[in-house]
Amino acid sequence: MTAVEVSLRKNRPAEAPQKFRNGGRRRWGADAAALAIALLVAFPLFWMVLSALKPKTALDAGDAAPFTMEPSFDSFMRVLSVNNFGRYFLNSVIVAVVVVIISTVLAFLASVALTRYEFKMRTKLLIVVLVSQMVPVEALTIPLFFLLRNAGEAIPLVGLNQLGSLVLVHVGFSIPFAIWMLRGFVAAVPVDLEEAARLDGASGFRFVRSVLFPLVAPGVVACSVFSFISTWNDFLFAKTFIISAQENQTLPMALLTFFKPDQNDWGAIMAGSVIMTIPVLIFFIAVQRKLVSGLAGAVKG
Amino acid sequence: MTALASAKAKTSGTRNRKPTTAGSSRRRSLRKRGLEPWLYLAPAFIVLIALLGYPIFQLINVSLYDYRQAQVSGKAPLQFTGLENYQKLVADPEFWSVLGNTVLFAGACVVLTLLVGTSLAVLATRLRPWVRTALFVVSLGAWATPAVTGSAVWLFLFDPTLGLVNKVLVSVGLTQFNGYSWTYDKWSAFGLVASEVVWCSFPFVLVTVYAGIQAISTEVIEAARLDGASMPRIARSIMLPMLRPIVIVVTIQSIIWNFKIFSQIYIMTNGGGIAGQNLVLNVYGYQQAFAASLYGLGSALGVIMTALLMIITLVYLRILKRTGEAL
Repeated sequence: MTAVEVSLRKNRPAEAPQKFRNGGRRRWGADAAALAIALLVAFPLFWMVLSALKPKTALDAGDAAPFTMEPSFDSFMRVLSVNNFGRYFLNSVIVAVVVVIISTVLAFLASVALTRYEFKMRTKLLIVVLVSQMVPVEALTIPLFFLLRNAGEAIPLVGLNQLGSLVLVHVGFSIPFAIWMLRGFVAAVPVDLEEAARLDGASGFRFVRSVLFPLVAPGVVACSVFSFISTWNDFLFAKTFIISAQENQTLPMALLTFFKPDQNDWGAIMAGSVIMTIPVLIFFIAVQRKLVSGLAGAVKG
Repeated sequence: MTALASAKAKTSGTRNRKPTTAGSSRRRSLRKRGLEPWLYLAPAFIVLIALLGYPIFQLINVSLYDYRQAQVSGKAPLQFTGLENYQKLVADPEFWSVLGNTVLFAGACVVLTLLVGTSLAVLATRLRPWVRTALFVVSLGAWATPAVTGSAVWLFLFDPTLGLVNKVLVSVGLTQFNGYSWTYDKWSAFGLVASEVVWCSFPFVLVTVYAGIQAISTEVIEAARLDGASMPRIARSIMLPMLRPIVIVVTIQSIIWNFKIFSQIYIMTNGGGIAGQNLVLNVYGYQQAFAASLYGLGSALGVIMTALLMIITLVYLRILKRTGEAL
C-alpha cells in the first residue's frame, strides 16, 4: 500500500503525459512492488503444485525447500488409485456440465423475454431475479434437504444420495445470476437485426434460436463459467445431500476424506487439490476477457 | 463528469418510459406482447419457484415448529411453537457471540478485500504491461481456486509441524512458533481464514475497479490536469466520484459474499473451531440442524441470515436506483 502512495506522489503531471501509464520515466518502485505482490499471491498455488510433486518421505519429514530434486507422481497415483478420485472427478464433471447446459438454456430464454419484450411484469420480474441472486442459498439447506428427500420418493433420480439432487439445486442457484449476466449481452443485439430477420421470415423462436443465440454465444460462454465454477466448488450441498452413497460423492468431499486427525496425508491432499483446481483454472483463463466484460456488464446493468 | 451523468440519465430515461408515448422508439419496435415472453420465462421461473421460492417459504415454516429428529422420522407429533425458536436464540448468549463473530469476521474480510483490491487496481494502472499482466494472471489464479482447495493449501502452509510458515518463522529466530497452532487461538484462527478469503476474493475487486478506472475518459483527466489539478486532487475529486457506483457495487457484493462464507470456516477450523469459537451464522445454523438435529432452530437461524442479507440487498437496490441504473 505504501508503494501506491509513493507512486501516487511521484506522478506529477509534468512527468506523466499519458493517463496513468508510464510515460518516459520508469517507475521501478511500482513495478517491483507489483511483482513482489504477484509472487506472494501466486505462492499458495505454487506450493500446492510443488507439494503434490514432492515424494511422501520429504513431505513427512517437513521438507521446506522451495524445489524438489526428485519429482514424483506418487501422490497423484495414491489419490487416483486408492481413493477412487477418478470416479469423484467424473461425478463432479457430470454435475457441473449438466448444470451449465440446463441453467444456461433456461437463463438465456428468460433473459430474451426480459430484454426483448415489453410486458407489464417485466421490471418486477427483473427485481425478483436480482433479489433471488442475493438469497443466501446456504440457509436453504434444511428445506432443500427435506424437499429432495420427498422428491426422491417420486423421482429417484433427484433424491438424496443422487447426482441429480446436486444438479437440481445448482440449476436453481445458477439461474438468477445467469439471467442477470446474459441480459446485457442479449440487449446489446440491435433491434434492427430483429426487424431484418422478421422481414426475412424468421420470427419468434426461429429468430431466438438461429440469430440471437449465435450472436450472444460469447456471453453464454462467460456466464456458463460462473455456473460451472459455483457447481464445481460446491462443498456444502455435496456434503449434505450425498450422505451414504460414497460412489456419488463429488471432489470437494472426496478431498476432505484425506484429512485425518493427527496425520493428514498432505501429499494426497495437495495432489487432489491440483486435480480439482486445474479444470477451473483452464476455464477461467480461457474466458478471462469475456469474464471481465461480462462482469462489467452485469455490474453496470 | 456531468456529460457522463447526463448521458446516463438520458439512456435510463428512455429505457424507463412506457412504450405508449411516441418518443420512445426502442421498445415499440420490439416484439409485441403476448404469450411468447411467458413461454420463454416459464422454465426458468418454474425452477426458481420450486428451488428458491418454495424452500424460503418452507424455511420460515419449519422455523416456527419444534422440529427435531423425532418429528422428522414421524415418531413424535409436529408441534407449532410460534416464535419459540427465535426466543430461544435471543436468550442464548452463544447466538449473540456467533452473530458478533459473523459481523466482525465478515466486516474484516470486506474491508481488507476492498483495501487490497482497490490499492492493487490503482497500482495496476501505473505498471508496465507485462508486470500488469503477471499481476492479473496470478490474481485470476487465486480467484479461480476453489474454496475447498484454497483452504487446504492455506491449512498446509500454516500447519503446526509441517507448515512452511512456522518453519520460516522459527528459522529467523522466532522459536515460539515451533509447533505453534494457528487454529488454536480464536482470533488467529479467524485471521488465518480471513487471509485465505481475502486472497481468493480481492481479484474480483481488482478486476472490476481496474476496468472502472480504465473507463474514465482520458480527456476529463487531461482537462483537469491542464487546469492545474494535482494527481491526489484528481484522484479525490474526479476519479473517486466517477468510480463511486462501481465501488458501491463491489462493496455490497463483498458484504454479501463474506457474510455467507461457509466452506472456508468449516474446513479450516474443522467445523467451527475448538468449542465452537469460530462459528459464524451459516456454520452455526448448519451444525444446529444437521449435527444437533434441531431443524427448527437451524431454520430460525437461516431466516435471520436471509433477513439480514435481504436488508443489505434492499439498500443495494436503493443505491442502484439512485445512481440511475435502468432495470
